[in-house]
Amino acid sequence: MYDFVRGPLLWVAFIVFIGGSILRLAYLAYLAKKKDYTVLTYANFRAGFRSILHWIVPFGATNMRLRPVFTIVSFLFHICLILTPIFLLAHNVVWYQSWRISWWTFPEWLSDVMTVIVILAGIYLLVRRMVCKEVRYVTSASDYVLLAIAVMPFLTGFLAYHQWLAYKAMLTLHILSGEIMLMAIPFTRLDHMLFFWLTRFYMGSEFGAVRHAKDW
Amino acid sequence: MSNLLPQKWDITDIGLEEGIKRLTPDKIRTSIKKVLESEGVARINAYVNTCIHCGLCAVACHVYLSNDCDPRFSPVGKVKNTLWEMIKHDGKVSPEFMKQAAEISYTECTLCKRCSMYCPFGIDMAYLISLVRRMCHLCGLVPQYLQDTANSHSVTMNQMWVKQDEWIDTLQWQEEEAQAEIPSLRIPLDKEGADVMYSVIGPEPKFLAQLINYAAIIFNVAGIDWTMPSFDGWDNSDMAMYSGDWEVMGRVKKAHFEAAMKLKVKKIVMGECGHAFRSVYDVGNRWLGWKMHPIPIVHAIQFYAELIRQGRLKIVRKIKEPVTFHDPCNIMRGRGLMDDARYVLQQICEDFREMYPTREHNYCCNAGGGVINCGPPWKKKRVESNKIKAEQMAATGAKIVVTPCHNCHSGIEDIIHYYKLPMKNVFLIELLVECIEIPEELKA
Ligand code: HEM
Ligand code: SF4
Ligand code: SF4
Repeated sequence: MYDFVRGPLLWVAFIVFIGGSILRLAYLAYLAKKKDYTVLTYANFRAGFRSILHWIVPFGATNMRLRPVFTIVSFLFHICLILTPIFLLAHNVVWYQSWRISWWTFPEWLSDVMTVIVILAGIYLLVRRMVCKEVRYVTSASDYVLLAIAVMPFLTGFLAYHQWLAYKAMLTLHILSGEIMLMAIPFTRLDHMLFFWLTRFYMGSEFGAVRHAKDW
Repeated sequence: MSNLLPQKWDITDIGLEEGIKRLTPDKIRTSIKKVLESEGVARINAYVNTCIHCGLCAVACHVYLSNDCDPRFSPVGKVKNTLWEMIKHDGKVSPEFMKQAAEISYTECTLCKRCSMYCPFGIDMAYLISLVRRMCHLCGLVPQYLQDTANSHSVTMNQMWVKQDEWIDTLQWQEEEAQAEIPSLRIPLDKEGADVMYSVIGPEPKFLAQLINYAAIIFNVAGIDWTMPSFDGWDNSDMAMYSGDWEVMGRVKKAHFEAAMKLKVKKIVMGECGHAFRSVYDVGNRWLGWKMHPIPIVHAIQFYAELIRQGRLKIVRKIKEPVTFHDPCNIMRGRGLMDDARYVLQQICEDFREMYPTREHNYCCNAGGGVINCGPPWKKKRVESNKIKAEQMAATGAKIVVTPCHNCHSGIEDIIHYYKLPMKNVFLIELLVECIEIPEELKA
C-alpha cells in the first residue's frame, strides 16, 4: 500500500492536479470566448491587479476589517496551508532523493507550528460553519468534505511526524490525503485557488476601469 | 423536487398568479436551459463553482440586514434558493418553484452589486440574479406592474405609455413654467447640431414634470446649446433591462442612441436617474455590441459639477438646513460620481452630512433594480426590507436628503413615510436651482 501511494499514485495525483487545472482554466477561457466575450473585452490589467492586491493583503478590504478574527484565521489558514507543504524539510528530502532538486526549508519547529495552525484554523472554520446562521444556511455535506480534504493532510502529517500512532500507517494515510487534496483542487470548489484570480480580476476590471469605483 | 420557503408576506401579484398557470415542465426547462447552457454559461460556470459558501457576502445586503439577518435573504442564500436548485435538478423544477424564483429575483434583490464588494472572489450576485429574471421572463413569469412598463417600452419606446402629443404638450407647459423665471427661455425641440441632447425618463413628464423646467433653467443660465427630441427615443429609461426582456431593452436603447445621432448632437446629458444611466452605460450598450456608449453621455451630477467648476453656474445662496446624500448604486458603484456629487453639495450646502456607510459602500434604496416597478402589491415588503436605510438616514439628523435617482427617490420617499422620518426628500437639481444666480439680463 505504502509503495503504491508513494509511487504511482503520487504521479497520478500531480498529473491530475496540474493537467486538471490547465483543463479547467482552458475550458473556462473557451466558454468565455465563445459565449461571454464581454468578460474579455473589459479586462484591464491595472484595475484588475489593484483589486487582487487589495484582496490578498490582510485587512485590505472593508469586509476584512469588519471581521478581524475571521480575517486573521482565514489568512493564517491559507498561508500555512500553502507554504508548509512546499517548505517542509521532509518533503524536500523526498524531492531531493527522487529528483536531486531542493530548495529552502523551514526549521522543523516552524513547520510544526504552522501545521497546528492549519488544524486549529480548520476547527474554527468548522465551528463557524455550524454556528453562524448565514454560513450554515448555504452549507451542504460537500462543504464539510472539502474542509476535511484540506485539513486531513495536516492532521495525519502531524500525527506521523510525532509518531504518536502507528507511524507507517499514518504516513501512508498522510500521503494519500495529500494526494486526494491535490486531485480535488481542479474538480471541486477548491478550484477557487485557480478561479479566485480570474473572478477578482474581472470584477476589479469592471469596477476600476468601467465603473470608476473601488471594489474592496 | 425542492421544498418551498415559508411565506413572510401575503402578496398576490396577477402577473405571477396568471403566469404560473401557463407554465409547462417543458417551458420551464427550456427557459432555464437556455440561460444555464448558453447565455450565461461562462460566468455561471466560474461563479457557482468558485463560491465557497462562506457567507461573507451576507453583511452587504440591505434585504438581509433589514430582515433580522434571515439567511434566506443573503446574497448567496438567494442564489442558493434559485440557481443552485435549478442546476441541481437540471432545470426540472416545479411551477411553484419558478414563481418563488420570480419573487426572489424581482423583489428581494435590487441588483445593486454591493455584495460584489464584500465577496472575496468578487462574485457578481447581481448578474446571477438577473439571469434568474431572464429565465422568468422567458417563462412569462413577471410581476404585473413591471411587465406593464416593459410592454409600454415595447409599444411606445417609453416607460409610461406617453403619447407623442402628450410629450410635446408637457414640454411646452414646462417651458411656460420656466418662463416665469426667465421670460426668454425656450426648450428647443429637434434642434439639429445642438451641443447637447437632454434626455429624461418616462415618469418625468408623467409625474415630475417640474424637473424638466428646472433643467431648462440650468441650461439657459449656463448658456448651453441644447435640445430635446420630440420623437421616440427621448426616454432614456429601460425597465425591460430589469424584467429580463433584453430584446426590448436593446430596441429601446437603440432608439435613444439614434435620437441623438439624428439630431447630430455632440453629447447626451441625462437627468438624475440611476437605472437609466446603467442601461446606457453598462447594460444596453453591451447588448447592442458597443463596448461603451456610442456617443458621449454625461450624467446630470457630473454635468452640474462641470458647470460649477467652469463658472457657468454661479452659486449665490446656500441651503442652511442640514443636508445628507443618498449615493445611488448605479452612478456611484456604477460610475464613480461620488466626488462630483460631494463637490456640488459642498458648494450649495452649509451643513452637509455623510451617511454611514457612504460612497460606494452606501446601502441601497431597495427600490432600484426594478423592485419598485413591481408596484403596489410589493410595497410593504419593499419598505420593510430596508429598515437599515431608515436607521442610516435617521442617524445623520439631517432635515433634507438628496437622492439624485428616480428609483431611489421614490424608494426613499416611501421609507421616510413608513418610518416617519423628519426629512424632506429632494433631487439635487431642486436645491441647485434655488442656489444659482439668475443673471439680470435673462430676467428682463
Ligand atoms: C492562492 C490560493 C487561494 C486563495 C486566493 C484562496 C482564497 C480563499 C478565500 C477568499 C476563501 C473564503 C473564505 C476565507 O476567506 O477563508 C477561501 C476559503 C477556503 N479555502 Fe481557499 N484559497 C486558496 C487556496 C486554497 C487551497 C489550496 C485550499 C485547500 C486545498 C483551500 C481551502 C479552502 C477552504 C476549505 C475554504 C473554506 C473555508 C470555510 O469552510 O469557510 N484554499 N479560500
Ligand atoms: S440587493 Fe444588492 S447586496 Fe443584496 S443580493 Fe442583490 S445585489 Fe447583492
Ligand atoms: S461571499 Fe462570495 S464565496 Fe462567500 S458565499 Fe458569498 S458569494 Fe459565495
